[in-house]
Amino acid sequence: MNIVVCVKQVPDTEARVQIAEDGRSIETQDINFILNPYDEFAVEQALLTREELGGEVTVVSLGGDSAAAAIRTAMAMGADRSILLKTSEPADDPFQVARAIAGEIGGTDIDVVFFGKQAVGNEHGQVGILTAELLGIPGISEVSEIEITANRVTGKREIEGGTESFECSLPAMFTTQKGLNEPRYPSLKGRMAAKKKPLEVKEVSLGEQLLAVESLNYPPQRERGKIVGEGAAAAVELVRLLREEARVI
Amino acid sequence: MAIKVLVLAEIRDGENLTKSTREALGLSRRLVENSGGGEVAAVLPVQSAGDLPQSLAAWGADRVLVAESAEFGNYSPGGFAASVVAAVECVQPAAIIVGGTAHGKDLTPRLSARLSVPATTDCIGVEVQGDNIYALRPAYGGKVQMKVSFSKLPAVLCIRPNVFETVAEDTSRSAQIENLNLSLTDRDLAVRITGSEKTTGERPDVAEADIVVSGGRGMKEAGNFRLLEQLAQALGAGIGASRAAVDSGWRPHGDQVGQTGKFVSPTLYVACAISGAVQHLAGMIDSKVIVAVNKDPDAPIFKVANYGIVGDVFEVVPAIVEKLKKHA
Repeated sequence: MNIVVCVKQVPDTEARVQIAEDGRSIETQDINFILNPYDEFAVEQALLTREELGGEVTVVSLGGDSAAAAIRTAMAMGADRSILLKTSEPADDPFQVARAIAGEIGGTDIDVVFFGKQAVGNEHGQVGILTAELLGIPGISEVSEIEITANRVTGKREIEGGTESFECSLPAMFTTQKGLNEPRYPSLKGRMAAKKKPLEVKEVSLGEQLLAVESLNYPPQRERGKIVGEGAAAAVELVRLLREEARVI
Repeated sequence: MAIKVLVLAEIRDGENLTKSTREALGLSRRLVENSGGGEVAAVLPVQSAGDLPQSLAAWGADRVLVAESAEFGNYSPGGFAASVVAAVECVQPAAIIVGGTAHGKDLTPRLSARLSVPATTDCIGVEVQGDNIYALRPAYGGKVQMKVSFSKLPAVLCIRPNVFETVAEDTSRSAQIENLNLSLTDRDLAVRITGSEKTTGERPDVAEADIVVSGGRGMKEAGNFRLLEQLAQALGAGIGASRAAVDSGWRPHGDQVGQTGKFVSPTLYVACAISGAVQHLAGMIDSKVIVAVNKDPDAPIFKVANYGIVGDVFEVVPAIVEKLKKHA
């Protein structure tokens, strides 16, 4: 099986976010970058699929030089080879990203593609499905359970109040929801082995941009509120405030 | 410019318009009216239309395009996308507005790809300025707000639930109702939804509820969430959970609020035994009113709460429930 998993390098969620001087991007100097949390589930599912059905796992990522770190984590988890689609452009538009990825993997004989359901940072949550649509293959988003056989896939995805069941045939794309599996830790041995695995770097230019970031701003600060009281005795006053002052109940 | 807006009408349980659909219609009415006229159209992919077109009119649609198909008993990603694409051809809208439900978020990039137009998700603000449309959306876990623009129209705007007001229901309103003749291709039906399972009973989903009661690590065990269920019952609320509570196996992932869970914007968010880690705040910082109950007076949640009670949730929550019941 030819298994592809697409990953993104993103700022650590603990990172303090500062808007850069250009007013439409963030300062990256002091930020710790990590493999996007949802992508861990995607990498893990790619590895589980290889364990079950055989084949090879290729990691693909679009970004600058620093994107190599996310790739290395995925390789350390056990992927076989990787491709960095290198660009210095900001890649704010999910359509551009999907077009570049589809352009890279479209010609090849892929069986299954995994993406994390959305990336920390831009949080568009679109690239997986966009890529599937551009490739003309079935795509399912936010998969919480999955069973892949050589030619058919069944599983579940989360919806309001529960789940819905899906089915499709291969080749297909899936975006992974938290809880789909338990991602393995990249071991030290894995990290050492990863250094010897092929990493291909291809320069890409992103083409027509449909979505642009006009500006980033800090949201209005929430004012610190009041401590109504201590213990059960404060409950009465809280309910009164919610009714009469906040008027939310 | 007078603009036309197309709204995806989503139904749930086979017969009711989702609240997000009504919110999308409310937003569309305001955009159209502020732009000096135009039209609000709704596309309804459905197995059997029944009274739904009239309901769409009552909630603000001027025109309803019905896409009836036997394939639409469940969500059909390709089929719904084909329905919207067919409607776009009839309506020629400047914007396509989709409620940010699980189906809406799934459909949004499909429309973007099929129409080769820009799409943006989790919108909390939309404005039309001259010939341009701008959307406002949170990013970086709510730490910034991003204003986006589009190089071409229509733009697909997926809106966050609970942010935009509906109009008042007006059953005397009527709409032009027409049928879309759809022929679904194999590609449209390549993904089949074969059924669904409800797990939260009558409670509203955490992302759609007006009021959310949420529990964290300090709840100590799964059984203690019974207390929060009582509070949720008294308030008609949805129930949320921090990542710690979900990772401990006390609550299902669908209840998780935060960076790797849901982003919610309820009118009232009651955080019980939740410390207020940055990743949790990412999911609920846009709540209108935040209440925090926590033993630790230094818990970061108190920095963002409008009202806080320092105390043991196991004493405070029952006292709140009792007070609410007295006045019921």
